Amino acid sequence: MRIGYYPGCSLLGSSREFDESVRALAGAIGLELVAVPDWNCCGASSAHVLDHKLSLALPARILAQAEAAGLTEVLAPCAACYNRLTSARAELAADPAASAEITSIIEMPVTGRVKVVNVLEVLDRFQDVIKDRTVAPLGRKLACYYGCLLVRPPRVVSFDRAEDPQSMDRLLKLSGAEPIDWNFKTECCGAAFSVTRTDLVARMSGKIVADAVKHGAEAIVVACPMCHSNLDMRRPEINAALGADHQLPVLFITQALGLALGLAPEALGLQRHMVPALLQPASTPV
Amino acid sequence: MSRIGVFICHCGENIGGTVDCAKVAEATRAVPGVVHSVDYKYMCSDPGQSMIKEAIREHQLTGVVVAACSPRMHEPTFRSAVAEAGLNPYLCEMANLREHCSWVHEKGEVTTAKAIDLVRVMVEKVKRNHPLQPIQVPVTKRALVLGGGIAGIQAALDIANSGHQVVLVEKSPSIGGHMSQLSETFPTLDCSQCILTPRMVEAARHPNITLMTYSELEKLEGFIGNFKATIRKKARQVDEKLCTGCGLCTTKCPNKKIPDAFNEGLSTRGAIYVPFPQAVPNKPVIDKLNCTFYKTGKCKVCEKMCPTKAIRFDQEDELVTLDVGAIVLATGFKLMGTDKFPEYGYGKYKDVIDGMQFERLASASGPTAGAMKRPSDGKEPETVVFVACSGSRDRSKGVPYCSKVCCMYTAKHAMLYKHKMHHGKAHVFYMDIRSSGKDYDEFVRRAIEEDDVSYIRGRVSRIYEEDGQLVVMGADTLQNGRPVEIRADMVVLATAVQAQDGSEQLAQKLHVSYDPYHFFAEAHPKLKPVETNTAGIFLAGACQAPRDIPETVAQASGAAAKVAALFSRDQLTREPQIAVVNRMPPPVFSYCVGCFLCQSACPYQAIEQEEIKGRDGSVLKTVAKVNPGLCQGCGTCVATCRTKAIDIQGFSNEQIFAEIMTL
Repeated sequence: MRIGYYPGCSLLGSSREFDESVRALAGAIGLELVAVPDWNCCGASSAHVLDHKLSLALPARILAQAEAAGLTEVLAPCAACYNRLTSARAELAADPAASAEITSIIEMPVTGRVKVVNVLEVLDRFQDVIKDRTVAPLGRKLACYYGCLLVRPPRVVSFDRAEDPQSMDRLLKLSGAEPIDWNFKTECCGAAFSVTRTDLVARMSGKIVADAVKHGAEAIVVACPMCHSNLDMRRPEINAALGADHQLPVLFITQALGLALGLAPEALGLQRHMVPALLQPASTPV
Repeated sequence: MSRIGVFICHCGENIGGTVDCAKVAEATRAVPGVVHSVDYKYMCSDPGQSMIKEAIREHQLTGVVVAACSPRMHEPTFRSAVAEAGLNPYLCEMANLREHCSWVHEKGEVTTAKAIDLVRVMVEKVKRNHPLQPIQVPVTKRALVLGGGIAGIQAALDIANSGHQVVLVEKSPSIGGHMSQLSETFPTLDCSQCILTPRMVEAARHPNITLMTYSELEKLEGFIGNFKATIRKKARQVDEKLCTGCGLCTTKCPNKKIPDAFNEGLSTRGAIYVPFPQAVPNKPVIDKLNCTFYKTGKCKVCEKMCPTKAIRFDQEDELVTLDVGAIVLATGFKLMGTDKFPEYGYGKYKDVIDGMQFERLASASGPTAGAMKRPSDGKEPETVVFVACSGSRDRSKGVPYCSKVCCMYTAKHAMLYKHKMHHGKAHVFYMDIRSSGKDYDEFVRRAIEEDDVSYIRGRVSRIYEEDGQLVVMGADTLQNGRPVEIRADMVVLATAVQAQDGSEQLAQKLHVSYDPYHFFAEAHPKLKPVETNTAGIFLAGACQAPRDIPETVAQASGAAAKVAALFSRDQLTREPQIAVVNRMPPPVFSYCVGCFLCQSACPYQAIEQEEIKGRDGSVLKTVAKVNPGLCQGCGTCVATCRTKAIDIQGFSNEQIFAEIMTL
């Protein structure tokens, strides 16, 4: 299977391990990633609050580039990229006037032919492969953390339930892990306030970490670079805010599944985490 | 040769101010067949009507055109005037010069020209009118009421008290409906059962009311005044005549773990049960799905207990056919379940309950005998959060409409809780407080001001369980969206009121329309709120839209008044503008080829098949026949007919084409 690949800026910077693990896992399950040529920023957290047209034009150009390259589907691993691309695509499809205007701005046709998918949606198609090729069952209690962007807004994003998503839980169960039932699957981590209001992020992410620990999680699994950096990089602030010393690692879904499929931790970029990802395959499944 | 009289009305300034009426009258005089044409300031006035009557006599008119307002306004007036002068009323037609011309156009020659056209068109139609007679239909003076909640009980009692027979059909084992489950009622806090049970008993003992509980409508045929209803009387497995209602049979049933629907699953019952102590009739039923005997073929403990030998394991469903003249639909509502809210734990938290469950907790006849105990562990809830608009007014995930009763019952719940637990804390999350109604707003203010219920304007985003408590996360939008987090012992969701299960199928059985949410649709939102678009079927209560008790009772009485009015006559008079199938003599020459496309097109099931037989009794041809009692004159069949064999009396194809050709 061949699919367009839009890494976005996070995967080239703070979340290189997400990029590495997506590529490694794709290789292992037989998914060919074709990078969108000459891609640009999706606008992420700033464009849509500053300039509405810009927030449509940036994703529209990415999709037009993908279409020009003969792609029909683009995988956007970053939850913010995914959200911007799907939202813009839905808005342009519903508004012919805006679509015409954006066409003239980006000087490329806006057709809406290219579909945008996220990591969970794509991996969902490989359930059998993941199940068959799992060589090192994870055998751990994992908290699946979807974050706020991946499954919302439900009228645009409809691959999973908005309030109680299940797709990640399903995938991890296939790889021998034990996903836990907990409270904060889709609660906000504080997102881009990581830089400007670290205190807020420490409190919000703190609740997530504390609840995961309380429900017996041995690691948190995410599918969003922002969630990862808040839960991982801000751990000292989180622990200070909680008055605790939680050391449970935060893994990308692609890293967790990569481990189960027997890929080397280095190939998955596990060494790049702030909280050491000591999640080795358990000798005996729990 | 036609002798048509034309009467142009000025309607004061309404038409006269825009249209040159004298010119219209003059121009019309020149139309072939018109022998008399005048204009007058108010045609509908007594002198105006006298003008018409005199002209009919003086000029021996064969048809009349009144060019005035909409026929919806004054057609009956002019037709009766014409009838008084000895002409068939259906030879009088109206040209609408007001709504169709003067009100919607500027003053000027073009407008007057259009008015002349409208009159000419109608003259051509009247030339082709035939005298018609109103249709007489006999009336069966017995009503069928579907649903034995307060709406059905009230409608049945009112119809019965006006001297007519009523069959009250209820699908569950007892009448009483949701109202029998309520603890107290707003805004007076009087006990629901105390005010309801006398009505239930009255309905059961009324000589004009036949009660059919544990029964459902199977099939409905016929039309207004002449319905034929088939009712399925489900087997109770108890002989109602022998049963004395002693209740001994229910005491030894080995199966005790069946969730009790009357208590909203907060308690359990046996397989043979009486739904609640005040049930009417107070006779048990066997729940066959859960009965040990029906599952294993052994047990029959209840049979051994029964002193009158009333248990009947071999009893089967019975189909009863009834002739009825009118039907009142009063099938009520259901509440959206707490499992529809993933953000509130999709039903997995035992202490997140819905409004009806709270009613049972607060009720003296409930599982806790009215003591405030939460379902999970029976602990007294020190803090209770009430969430209004759970699923209501929620376009993205719930229903867009307001459920209407929740603001009031939430205030009532908070108040009842505070009355039972003075030291407890009650919080209400709300969007708006909608408390319009007599003494309603005062009631909500009382909850806030006297009973110290804290009202927080904002939505609840999430509820989760932590350390045996429920953490309610919300926002206070009156404080700039400040996040609010309350640790509660119990949460009550005021979930949306929805149409009863099976409403869609029932509506299809009855041929009444329903809205996108499966509530039954009224014939007109303002002027026909208790009628459906099927003549003879009326609506009462929450099966039409969310309603509270006073409104339900008022609407039920309204529906009953409609039924009583219908039953006040022995014959039903209907307008004769209905479809007729061409039947030129000899009958075999009917244009109808018997394709019956019209039958499938008819929205009212008004088309039947008729066999034309020869002298020897053999069938020569099968043709369509319109049932005059059912036909509403919509004309769909006329458009469908391939051989132009069907026409609407008074609106024939010939007439309409003549009108068009005039222009």
